[in-house]
Amino acid sequence: MLKENMLTSSGVMMNRELDMAGTATRIDSVTETKAGSKGKSKKNRPEFIDKHTAWEIVQLARNPYRPFTLDYINLIMTDFVELHGDRGFRDDGAIVGGFANFNGEPVVVLGHQRGKTTEEKLRRNFGMSYPEGYRKALRLMKLAEKFQKPVFTFIDTPGAFPGLEAEGRGSAEAIANNLKEMSRLKTPIISVIIGEGGSGGALAIGVADRILMLENAIYSVISPEGCAAILWNDESKAAEAAKRLKISAGNLLNMGIVDEIVPEPEGGAHIDYERTAANLKRAFINNLTELKELSPYLLVEQRYEKFRRIGEYLEE
Amino acid sequence: MAWFKNLQNTLKLNTEKKKGIPDGVWLKCKSCSEIIYRKELLKNSQVCPHCSYHFPLSADEWVDIMFDEGTFKEWDKHLQAADPLKFVDSEKYKDRLKRAQTKTGRADGVVTGSGQLNGHSVVIAIFDFGFMGGSLGSVSGEKILRAVEMAIEKRFPLIIISASGGARMQEGMFSLMQMAKTSAAIAKLGEHRLPYISILSNPTTGGVTASFASLGDINIAEPKALIALTGPRVIEKTIRETVPEGAQCAESLLKNGFIDKIVDRREMKKTISKLLEFFQE
Repeated sequence: MLKENMLTSSGVMMNRELDMAGTATRIDSVTETKAGSKGKSKKNRPEFIDKHTAWEIVQLARNPYRPFTLDYINLIMTDFVELHGDRGFRDDGAIVGGFANFNGEPVVVLGHQRGKTTEEKLRRNFGMSYPEGYRKALRLMKLAEKFQKPVFTFIDTPGAFPGLEAEGRGSAEAIANNLKEMSRLKTPIISVIIGEGGSGGALAIGVADRILMLENAIYSVISPEGCAAILWNDESKAAEAAKRLKISAGNLLNMGIVDEIVPEPEGGAHIDYERTAANLKRAFINNLTELKELSPYLLVEQRYEKFRRIGEYLEE
Repeated sequence: MAWFKNLQNTLKLNTEKKKGIPDGVWLKCKSCSEIIYRKELLKNSQVCPHCSYHFPLSADEWVDIMFDEGTFKEWDKHLQAADPLKFVDSEKYKDRLKRAQTKTGRADGVVTGSGQLNGHSVVIAIFDFGFMGGSLGSVSGEKILRAVEMAIEKRFPLIIISASGGARMQEGMFSLMQMAKTSAAIAKLGEHRLPYISILSNPTTGGVTASFASLGDINIAEPKALIALTGPRVIEKTIRETVPEGAQCAESLLKNGFIDKIVDRREMKKTISKLLEFFQE
């Protein structure tokens, strides 16, 4: 803890600079969207350089003292009313969600929730959802669509729970169905990766109009450990895998996978909850203001186009 | 692009080698160990006449089984992976790709196109498990998306035959995003009220199961196919849970309510054709 406290003092000093960097990143991404440019032109944007090595970022993203979904909800929204259950099987504690008031308007908010205490970690299954969690999330998003409220999703999970019960109740189907339904949801969706974005379990609540990412979050098709185990047959190569998989916010912004990086205080989000939340709130407001100008039809068409052009291939 | 010309030559040279069944007049069934006459197996849609074990099929073999002779036209044949991460593990991704191309005679792992199935015009996408485990990357994602958009344009039904280990790790987040891209395309197809039949063959796992393969208006599986998000080996390794034999096979999925039907490959074309009649506008 001493180390963290020491970092705080320097973190405050650094923060203004970080905020400015964050704003600049955002403007770049917005300009690109408005120009309607194809994937290639993102190369014109100045490269975003990560401040830490890939493995350091993995550690920061998984830091147990980092703010979690409910922390952000409490810091940037008011009047949160949590809603439970998938109306089919049970309430999955690994995903939380409900109604809240954001910047003076009612919104639907949901996200993966890790636990802080041992008891809570177990109750929330370390943020690894069963299919019921994804179905609860979709139920809430459908409510948002029905009553024309914007949706905010917080991504923070090692992945979908890899157990036989979860498989038997249809993890794959639940994720697939969320991808399909989110792609056509007629209301603005803004997602943010706040910690670990673990593969399909993360994407299941991440098909959004804007995908934001905290500076020290990661988003990956497979965990660095899993990748190392499969490709090198050696889990100790995880740091190497983390680097090569290009899972940091900087890499993903440069690749055009995420739209904007939300700056964290020096040393990481856990050093100063309020400041991180304030940065995120500003990004939410800016993006939501832009999205609200679009008709539901245009919104869905632009979302389709956004995902349609992701991919790098050669054509002869 | 000289290397590509070389590849094209290799592709031509290897078209004879692309069949999944090993050479030789006789072969042994992997499941029941009976000796089978090769020609007999080919006539039987590569299903063992003794135990009904379904031998794995290459994309071209599926084309032969599903389409009326000479009607299939392939699209986007030369789309190739770009290696956006310049990925290297124990081997360069580029080298893995070249090896898979030489082995299969294909530029990547998914074949798309259209043809006639008992006289019905359909659009199809078929995974070739022999190409890097049928993994889903930018090329397969783009080909599927284009196939779906073509189905919408022509107002043809869509069939996807999956056989895949999931997302292609070597393309990092680009490959994960193909799940969203393809699922968005399927959603759009549905809004145009065009039918989509998903055929899940052995094995269909990971990101493919967690996207378009589970999204058919009709989901059909081949007998005993392994269908999962997380396969038995990974479950056992990560959470040390023992997976009983057959817990993630097509029969279990049918029982759990995630697929409509299990269809023997010898009946596949007939079954699909019957379903297409129902969907006819």
